[in-house]
Amino acid sequence: MSASKNLKVIGQARRRVDGRAKVLGQTKFADDLEFTRMLFCRLVRSTQPHAVIKAIDASKALAMEGVKLVMTGADFPVPYGILPVSQDEYPLVRGKVRMVGDPVAAVIATSEELAIEAALAVKVEYEPLKTISDPLEALKTPEPRIHDYGDHGNVHKAVALEFGEVDAAISGADRVFEDHFFYQGNTHLPIEQHAAVGTVDTEGKLCVYSSTQTPHYVHRALAKALDIAPHLVRVIATPQGGGFGGKTDPFNHEIVVGKAALVLGRPVKISLTREEVFYCHRGRHPVLMKLRTGVKKDGTITGLDLQTLLDGGAYGSYGVASTFYTGALQCVTYALPTYRFRGCRTFTNKPPCGPKRGHGTPQPRFGQEVQLDKIAVALGMNPADLRLKQLTPANSITANWMKVGTTGLRECIEQVVKRSGYREKWGKLPPGRGIGLACSTYLTGAGLPIYWNDLPHTGVQLQFDRSGAVVAFCGAAECGQGSDDVLAATVAEVLGLTTRDVRLVTGDTGITPIDLGSYSSRVTLMMGNAAIQAAERAKALIGQAVSKKLEIPPDRVVFAGGRVFDASDPSKGVSWQDAVILGESMHGTLGTTGSYKPPPAAGKFKGGGVGPSPAYSFTAAVVEVEVDKDTCFLDVKKVWIAHDIGQVMNPVLARGQVEGSVYMGLSEAMMEESAFRRLPANLSGALVHKFPSLLEYKSLTTLEMPEVDTVFIEEPDPNGPFGAKEVGQGPLLPMPPCVANAVYDAVGVRVDESPVTPEKIAKALWEKEHGREARFGPKEFPKIEWPEASKVKTPFEGGDGTASNEKPRKSKLLASGFRLAPDSPGAKVEGVKS
Amino acid sequence: MTTTTTQRISFTLNGDPVSVTFGTHKTLLEVLREDLNLTGTKHGCELGECGACAVLVDGKPVLSCLMLAVEAEGTKVTTVEGLADDARLHPLQEAFADCGAAQCGYCTPGFLCTAKALLDKKPDANRREISEALAGNLCRCTGYIQIYEAVETAAAKMAKEGAKK
Repeated sequence: MSASKNLKVIGQARRRVDGRAKVLGQTKFADDLEFTRMLFCRLVRSTQPHAVIKAIDASKALAMEGVKLVMTGADFPVPYGILPVSQDEYPLVRGKVRMVGDPVAAVIATSEELAIEAALAVKVEYEPLKTISDPLEALKTPEPRIHDYGDHGNVHKAVALEFGEVDAAISGADRVFEDHFFYQGNTHLPIEQHAAVGTVDTEGKLCVYSSTQTPHYVHRALAKALDIAPHLVRVIATPQGGGFGGKTDPFNHEIVVGKAALVLGRPVKISLTREEVFYCHRGRHPVLMKLRTGVKKDGTITGLDLQTLLDGGAYGSYGVASTFYTGALQCVTYALPTYRFRGCRTFTNKPPCGPKRGHGTPQPRFGQEVQLDKIAVALGMNPADLRLKQLTPANSITANWMKVGTTGLRECIEQVVKRSGYREKWGKLPPGRGIGLACSTYLTGAGLPIYWNDLPHTGVQLQFDRSGAVVAFCGAAECGQGSDDVLAATVAEVLGLTTRDVRLVTGDTGITPIDLGSYSSRVTLMMGNAAIQAAERAKALIGQAVSKKLEIPPDRVVFAGGRVFDASDPSKGVSWQDAVILGESMHGTLGTTGSYKPPPAAGKFKGGGVGPSPAYSFTAAVVEVEVDKDTCFLDVKKVWIAHDIGQVMNPVLARGQVEGSVYMGLSEAMMEESAFRRLPANLSGALVHKFPSLLEYKSLTTLEMPEVDTVFIEEPDPNGPFGAKEVGQGPLLPMPPCVANAVYDAVGVRVDESPVTPEKIAKALWEKEHGREARFGPKEFPKIEWPEASKVKTPFEGGDGTASNEKPRKSKLLASGFRLAPDSPGAKVEGVKS
Repeated sequence: MTTTTTQRISFTLNGDPVSVTFGTHKTLLEVLREDLNLTGTKHGCELGECGACAVLVDGKPVLSCLMLAVEAEGTKVTTVEGLADDARLHPLQEAFADCGAAQCGYCTPGFLCTAKALLDKKPDANRREISEALAGNLCRCTGYIQIYEAVETAAAKMAKEGAKK
């Protein structure tokens, strides 16, 4: 993997490979697909939040001319779910519903209008059960259980991890800061609503087209839930009109149209309405947090004790991973010598939460970064200096056993501080005007797959022929982030071509090597490394033939500028096409493969599998705001952001990822919230979305989006392709705490809860005016019966990554998904510091 | 099943005369996508909230999900498929592709049509005017900045080409 800067394609600004089709309206999204004799599916969704299904009467629907099929839970006996530990969903619910919007029946008809009409004619009789609206209620209400699995009562998962003597470290500190925060839930809101088409292909096999970020996981869920041999299933991920994590679960509607197509022998399409997308959800978990932090007089942190309480909604989804993620990355940003994390996820009768951009980490990031701001103020330090004095060093292992490789966080902070004039402005701007700073860390791909296996996380296959054609096959799904462009650019870079010379076949589980999906910012690094390996292998084969032809040693063969030539005499060479012909003549039909698997995790304790990554990105940001003194209206004036990306693949797309993350982070900070309301008892007391529409679920428009000053720190990471690290999620993370910290600087009150709305600022100001604590936010954290913490010695204490009170490697969790990858050669951390 | 009355209308679509028969209740969006197979125009809400379905009707940006197709009788409708001049992309299309204004590309057709209406009316629109004109189009990917830059790049190119002519 070359970290050389002599790059011709990588790092150059260029039109993305799918750009032309997108501006012409040629790109076929899932709902754009049309097949002859296509039927339409509509789901009958629960109007009840928690109820036993007593009866379903579909006779009226079935009597309608053009209605072809009605299915219910009886047609789907096998459960599925994204995590092996949470196989708790059925394509159509069986027995009871757990939320408004749960799919109860499916109607398939000759037109969409008819399907809608017939779905309305399906009568469902329910027997209501007690509903649970939030985690506090869930903790107090063990019965009735929403699910019959999970830790106990309505607690889905409670975890506790302890690294070092954290209590002694905190109590021995000069100051102890105890703060509560609440981060509100919110949703992805992709402009494209989910859609899928089930078909039986010309070979008589199931083929499902879907707007999914994870075609491989949908493939697995289809094979399992429909009991079909996996090799007879094919999933084609259509380009997604935005994902942001919202299309990473296998969904009930995908399995339903798959089954319907098999039953009816005709294509069956489903296109969700915007309201249904809100109920699919899998968005940001609402999280209540308590942070207890010990600090020395000089600002050095001695330990952090973090508790999180997650509102999981009605299903498991990625929730166990989300829970661990709320505690995974604190020590990766700052060198905390001791750390305790306890996290609890409860079930509630609301749409399930899951992974949204930043998966489980923006919530504690908000708490940690706002608390650091409070500590700095209390100690009379500049918040930038407080952070700079305790950054996690490069090539180190953290207290919680995360291996950190490269880090450019120091430079990120220095850049945004300088460019924004943070030191000159902080505490010195006129009243109503304020500036805030925050930092963050994110993974470049999860170190472990969703389900335990010893296989590569991604594969790339290259095919060459005598026309000079290069076709790259990879299972990666293009969700708008530019993964297709990365694939083409990587292959082109290695082979001395342009992206136009490479044809792509991606996201098709029937014909492409498996890639686990577009989540956890994994694709550029993992697919990129696999593509480099495949292209290097092709280079060796073709280079061998060219060296023979030119009568030069193989190591003098250079691939550049669409030619293959002698390094010592560039005029001596052949065109790319002739080189492929020589290669094909020598070796026969030319094809190569590449694959990638991340290095093993350092931690050997239960839960140590969530958080490790081949490389971490780092971000620092500064936000300047103005708060209107009368209305408390919050106006973000400008954002400065610096992101440690390792190596930019395409500056146009990389900047788009940063600005898009800034936008989404600001939007969450200022207005986005998944708010629910309870209908009156005569309407079932259902918990329904308050704002299931694009108009009323507020998000930033052009009018609120501020100017953004973006800087990339490019220190190539040895684990990244050409040194590249992630950029799609990390830059979102500092935004919410930046805004809260800037509001404090502007008006002197703390809003310890997202979104930071004018109303909350006004309430905090009211408290201040009346001599009470100048803040708005939660005041307590409930008492939770935590499991005994896994006690893990830190690397600084000479630990070995195992928990002293745990039998190594045999927990249920590990056995079913979150297992540590076996050691593989080549992955080592150098210069581990204590 | 309720009986659906049908309607036949004629109008100019992307420069070509068309006649189409469809269920009278259908919106222009539905007729474009389902009866005329022009799937370039997108939908994000079908409630007039997101701007993804914007097309040009007699040069003005219209949310096609809120307009009944019967109202299109005799009009000139332009969709994203009609922006290019034969094989040559419209300067806005070039700029959206080059400047990173299209990430997932789903909101792009709506933005392109809205931006074209703006530049046709005000070729030298400044950033504030661009921002205001596009305020009804939601994009979840870009943070809007590269969209502004694309519109500005296209405007500059169009001005240069106009000056040459």
